[in-house]
Amino acid sequence: MSYVRLINVTKRFGDVTAVNNLNYEIGKGECFSMLGPSGCGKTTTLRMVAGFEDLTEGEVWVGDRLLSSPKKRLYVPPENRNFGMVFQAFAVWPHLSVYENVAFPLRIRKLDAKEIDDRTMDALRATNLVDAKDESPDFLSGGGKQRVALARALAINPDVMLLDEPLSSLDPHLREEMRFEIKDLQQKYGFSIIYVTHDQSEAMALSDRILVMRLGVVQQIDTPLNIYNHPANKFVFSFIGLSNFLHVDNVGGSPVLPEHQGNLPHSLKIPGHLAGETALSLASRPSETDFVAMDDPDGLHGLVTRKAFLGEIVDYQIKIGSQFIRVQKGRREAGPEQGENCSVKFLRPFWYADDYDETQAVAESD
Amino acid sequence: MSSPANKKGSFGVAQVILFLSIAILVIVVAFPVLLILFNAFWVEDHFDLANTISILKQPMTYEALTNSLIIASMSTIGSTIVGTFFAWLVTRTDIPYHNFMKSMFLVPFMLPSFIGAIAWKMLLSPNAGLINRFFMDHLGFDGPIFNIYSYYGISAVEVMYLFPFVFIQVCGALERMDPTLEESARISGAGLLTITRKITIPLVMPSILSGALLIMLYSMAHFGTVAVLGIERGIYNIPVLIYERIHQSGGSFESIRMGAILATVLVISAAIIIWAQRKILSTGHYQIIGGKSFRPTQLKLRGLRIPLMLFCFAYIGFTIVLPTVIIFLVGGLSTYGLPFTPENLSLANYKFILFDFDVTRDAIFNSVTLGFTAAVITMFAGVMISYVIVKMKVRGKGILEFLGMLPFSVPGSVIALGVILAWSGQFGINLYNTVWIILVAYIARYMAFSLKANSAALEQIHDSLIEAARACGATMWQSLKDIVLPLAKPGMLAAFFLIFLPSLRELTVSIMLYAPTTRTIGVAIYTLNEDGETVISCALAGIALIIIVLGQFIINHFNKKAGV
Ligand SMILES: Nc1ncnc2c1ncn2[C@@H]1O[C@H](COP(=O)(O)OP(=O)(O)OP(=O)(O)O)[C@@H](O)[C@H]1O
Ligand SMILES: [Mg+2]
Repeated sequence: MSYVRLINVTKRFGDVTAVNNLNYEIGKGECFSMLGPSGCGKTTTLRMVAGFEDLTEGEVWVGDRLLSSPKKRLYVPPENRNFGMVFQAFAVWPHLSVYENVAFPLRIRKLDAKEIDDRTMDALRATNLVDAKDESPDFLSGGGKQRVALARALAINPDVMLLDEPLSSLDPHLREEMRFEIKDLQQKYGFSIIYVTHDQSEAMALSDRILVMRLGVVQQIDTPLNIYNHPANKFVFSFIGLSNFLHVDNVGGSPVLPEHQGNLPHSLKIPGHLAGETALSLASRPSETDFVAMDDPDGLHGLVTRKAFLGEIVDYQIKIGSQFIRVQKGRREAGPEQGENCSVKFLRPFWYADDYDETQAVAESD
Repeated sequence: MSSPANKKGSFGVAQVILFLSIAILVIVVAFPVLLILFNAFWVEDHFDLANTISILKQPMTYEALTNSLIIASMSTIGSTIVGTFFAWLVTRTDIPYHNFMKSMFLVPFMLPSFIGAIAWKMLLSPNAGLINRFFMDHLGFDGPIFNIYSYYGISAVEVMYLFPFVFIQVCGALERMDPTLEESARISGAGLLTITRKITIPLVMPSILSGALLIMLYSMAHFGTVAVLGIERGIYNIPVLIYERIHQSGGSFESIRMGAILATVLVISAAIIIWAQRKILSTGHYQIIGGKSFRPTQLKLRGLRIPLMLFCFAYIGFTIVLPTVIIFLVGGLSTYGLPFTPENLSLANYKFILFDFDVTRDAIFNSVTLGFTAAVITMFAGVMISYVIVKMKVRGKGILEFLGMLPFSVPGSVIALGVILAWSGQFGINLYNTVWIILVAYIARYMAFSLKANSAALEQIHDSLIEAARACGATMWQSLKDIVLPLAKPGMLAAFFLIFLPSLRELTVSIMLYAPTTRTIGVAIYTLNEDGETVISCALAGIALIIIVLGQFIINHFNKKAGV
């Protein structure tokens, strides 16, 4: 059941297309993240949903209510959308107490005094702010300020909560804590979340589904597990987690690594749908690569050019032909030494065409 | 690293610089101010508060006090409303041409208000004012539509020239303010007007108040406007009364004493105002500056967009263009009162004052040389004092920090009286009736500008740069010469222009100190106008405006080049 719907949403600033033909639907109570590198259009998308930006094309719906549609000349201003929103820079008002910050949206709605007090106190309790209610938010820590912002957004009992990198101004340890607080609040109140971040672990930990975006174009929309295990293209693969890419030439249907002695193992075959490509990428993850015996038929020969201990894990740099990959193993596992020859096996190799069109939107995989 | 001798040597240098800095501030500012306080309370070798109070209770002094207060309050309230409104309009709404309007609203900063007052006198004096006459002669009005010779008139003219203090402060605050503060109110359900009322205005309140206090401080001790517009109806404020008493009595003991008492009132009010301003800025200053910034949502004025734009243009035309045009037109007339027809207008007056009339020629020469000399001296003194305050760690610096605040809180008319007390022979040096006394007064008056510009520039220079030079083996003098001075140059240049330009149009100080041959441009314009030489005085005012605008142009050019 879809609740928030974006249909063919496009936003241009002059010549810059910040968001290009975006389509997605979010269910009621779902936590949906938008993930992507800086400048890919995440904030712009969120601001269009909130109503701070007009759309250039497309429509935004919530339930059966059309909120923005340039074609129908329809635009509901932010103050009438009934969303909760939390900003990166907290945006709590220093001239009002914590209590008055949270009560503000309720006073705007001209509720009666008792209800204002009940709902404000409710929101303050949910965010552990009751003790600080009479203070100025200026005296709170970053985490405290962000709780006030959350409480203020909660007070109106919103159907949809919009969060734009709400945790990126916080210390790392606080960030992890707040992440679960947000999740708990969502479960308690049942609102939908649209969450913008460029931190993939944050998106993975929180979300029911993730949208990966690049240059205003959707790359993949799927569950965190599927995004990790089945990246839709080379960009998504490289954006999520650590990645290795080996450039591979397609010589008459068999893969050839530049300057590599001998053919590739038989288990590394060019997939049928890429048979027509001449230049390919063989993608793998450092943690999903094993060292095997030198005579293993699935092994690929290389030279250990660097071995570094990173505490719990050991990081190897392996030279294969003229290219380098990284391999990571637990510190207790055996591995070759620097300067030794070795043989590696990719546990889950992925193949991508080298020149694919990232600006082509990828269909939503359900 | 450094040998004991070395250490001792640099310690000595620091002491010398500190001593010099203290000496300059004491001689130039503290001593004259102390003399004023002393003269205000000390009668014939004893401390006499009762006498002081009785003088304050005299009708004349009492009226000057209340008038200063009334005019300053009205000007402050008016300027605050006007400045805040325009600042909001150009930063927060979709009014057309907001960049152009923003620069126009800053123009009054460089225009001298007493020249404005002369223009408004010609436009709105009750019987002869051009606008009043137009309404009476052509539109059948029985009497003048507005009398500029009134509290309202005087305050209105002050507002026209003072509102940029609030305007620029509030513009700055609104532009730096994190837009999500307003956006989060919007998503909370508040409309734009509610947001402006409940979020925006309260958040910029410290900036509004600090600008307002600055206006209050300036207006209380301001001579020109009240002197030009008040005389007809006998409205005078503190500086006007001090000037008239001392001028009429040729510097008699009574007049000096009364002046000292009134000046003390000004000093105390200024101290209170400065204190209040610091308090507001330090405690009430919210952290409202945003990180990632989007252009804040602009209020769509819709139907009001064009009317408000026209209103702004009308305001600019009426308060900036009209008075300026009138000054130049009157300056072109052969006799004041003739209609502005081509045959009555010529450049004869302008030629006369520039080449043939020794009073104005002297005045221009005096102002330019005085301004230049004062700017150079104050610039160097300011950079030295700022260096000690901002960068040096020496014992006894606290005294200097205190003395360094003094120039900010001593109004011009107080300084003028102070230098009369100090440099008229009582202490062995008599500079009275020479240009030197004006120079000393200018240095005292503009020291605050120099300290501000130089310490702002020096604060940008990180201590480690100087320490690195010292670590490389440079002596204190070498590090000053090779590292600090080049880096301090922009601040010094700024200080120079901040002093040179205003001194070209200075009136409040020089009116108290001039002698027949030491008139400044401001004094010449004012006295010529008082003597009924309206056309000559307007022509000189026109020349002054041209010099000031050209100077501003050069500064802007410099600043752009320096990337400031
Ligand atoms: N008001 C604006 N005017 C012009 N260009 C804009 C405006 N807002 C955003 N852009 C451009 O649109 C693109 C997308 O910006 P957006 O802020 O949505 O990126 P983002 O994904 O949120 O990045 P970040 O992770 O840095 O916050 C950028 O190229 C940006 O420069
Ligand atoms: Mg963003």
